[in-house]
Amino acid sequence: MMGRGLLGIEDLEREDIELILETAFHMKEVGRREVKKVPTLRGRTIINLFFESSTRTRTSFEIAGKRLSADVVNFSPSSSSLTKKESILDTAKTLDAMDPDAVVVRHSVAGVPKQIADELTAPVINAGDGAHEHPTQALLDLMTVVEEKGRIDGLTVTIIGDIAHSRVARSNIYAFTKMGAEVRVAGPPTMMPAQVECLGVKSFRSLREALDGADVVMALRIQLERLAGALFPSVREYSATFGLDRAKLRYAKDDAIVMHPGPVNRGVELSHDLANRRPGVILDQVRNGVALRMAVLYLLAGRKPGATEER
Amino acid sequence: MASDPTAKARPETSPAPTSAGVVLDDVAIQRALMRIAHEIVERNEELGRLYLVGIPNGGPPLARQIARNLREIAGVDVTVGVLDTTLYRDDRLTSGIRPKLRRTEMPSAVDDRVVILVDDVASTGRTIRAAMDALMDFGRPRAVQVVALVDRGHRELPIRIDYVGKNIPTQRTDHVELRERQGGEGMEVVLMQGRGAPS
Repeated sequence: MMGRGLLGIEDLEREDIELILETAFHMKEVGRREVKKVPTLRGRTIINLFFESSTRTRTSFEIAGKRLSADVVNFSPSSSSLTKKESILDTAKTLDAMDPDAVVVRHSVAGVPKQIADELTAPVINAGDGAHEHPTQALLDLMTVVEEKGRIDGLTVTIIGDIAHSRVARSNIYAFTKMGAEVRVAGPPTMMPAQVECLGVKSFRSLREALDGADVVMALRIQLERLAGALFPSVREYSATFGLDRAKLRYAKDDAIVMHPGPVNRGVELSHDLANRRPGVILDQVRNGVALRMAVLYLLAGRKPGATEER
Repeated sequence: MASDPTAKARPETSPAPTSAGVVLDDVAIQRALMRIAHEIVERNEELGRLYLVGIPNGGPPLARQIARNLREIAGVDVTVGVLDTTLYRDDRLTSGIRPKLRRTEMPSAVDDRVVILVDDVASTGRTIRAAMDALMDFGRPRAVQVVALVDRGHRELPIRIDYVGKNIPTQRTDHVELRERQGGEGMEVVLMQGRGAPS
């Protein structure tokens, strides 16, 4: 699985996830040093290929690569050329000719990282593709929960929001169920995929029931710019029904943690006081993102296809 | 680090051990660590500056034992740290697999300290070179010295071991490792012929 890159959590075994998390915790220690840089990927090239703009994720991958001493190149093709399949594959072939050691891909269409991976000799890391997967986000969420709760097995995790259109939700559903948690999803019916139970989750229309006894509450970002008015009547109604605030959070366990992949629409998915809550884990998620991406790059970009084990 | 981390991944059909022998038993190890502690006291004037740093997996337990010995013979409490060298190694770049990382724990700053790196089996010198590079990223030690429980030769870099538990001549293809004593308490160093390359 990890040999050809990281395209989704769906392809991973539990042991793979455990290795990535273990490596990520060691990488986090590197980030606490005075010199936050180690030479392990010296002379390696990592290309950040972001067809869809994302400052946060791209910066996180860029810092991760640089902390491992890799040369990180950001490549953002103009959005006009990406709707044609040919241009994506041509771009991939062009990049391959530059001999990168890993390529990080984000695209608004599901499956593009896979298509690109089929063209490249270098491993491809999916940094989010359409409504499909966002594996590094789910892995950093696992890491944050392990840090807070000491385990994943046996926890109850409630994911709230636009489950149908969220790659973060999909990757997290795979990730947490593979690691032995009970995953619940809640949201307006228009945002709930048909037969979501096939993914091994329980779905709820009532936020209160979904939150009952939850250890981890994960609010998803509502894409206001795209969805408002299409999938729910008004932002105010969404916020009243599925927006998380202190009162609704009482249904969850007393020590429940509130997570959000960011950026938060304050007053929509999370009330202001929850978004500001200290100590909160939302900024830990960002911090862990760098360590987790260092782990993935270390495990994937460090090897040459066909390299023999010689010492 | 003594064991070749790629060895476990190899199929059992790789060259069978022609023989495996204990070259240092627990009594000999403890005796060597006590002598090394005495040598450390003899060679260093300011014991308060000492900082023992074990290189995993074998180094940390040895470093802790040397610290206990120093307390016993000189009454000093020496800081003990753990430093993983994996991210600083030069021979991993060509390798197909990515070695697992080990814990690093440096409880205090290394600036102006006399750092004593502790390794179980020294050979090519590449681990020590990596450890020195890693150490420099934590600060500027006043001096760096090296302890190896076993020095098996085959040096590939200009690195000298300051305190050696025992010199053991080996073939390049032998495998030497420090391990828990089988069927009992304590540690032992074993040599397996034809089982691995020096590290």
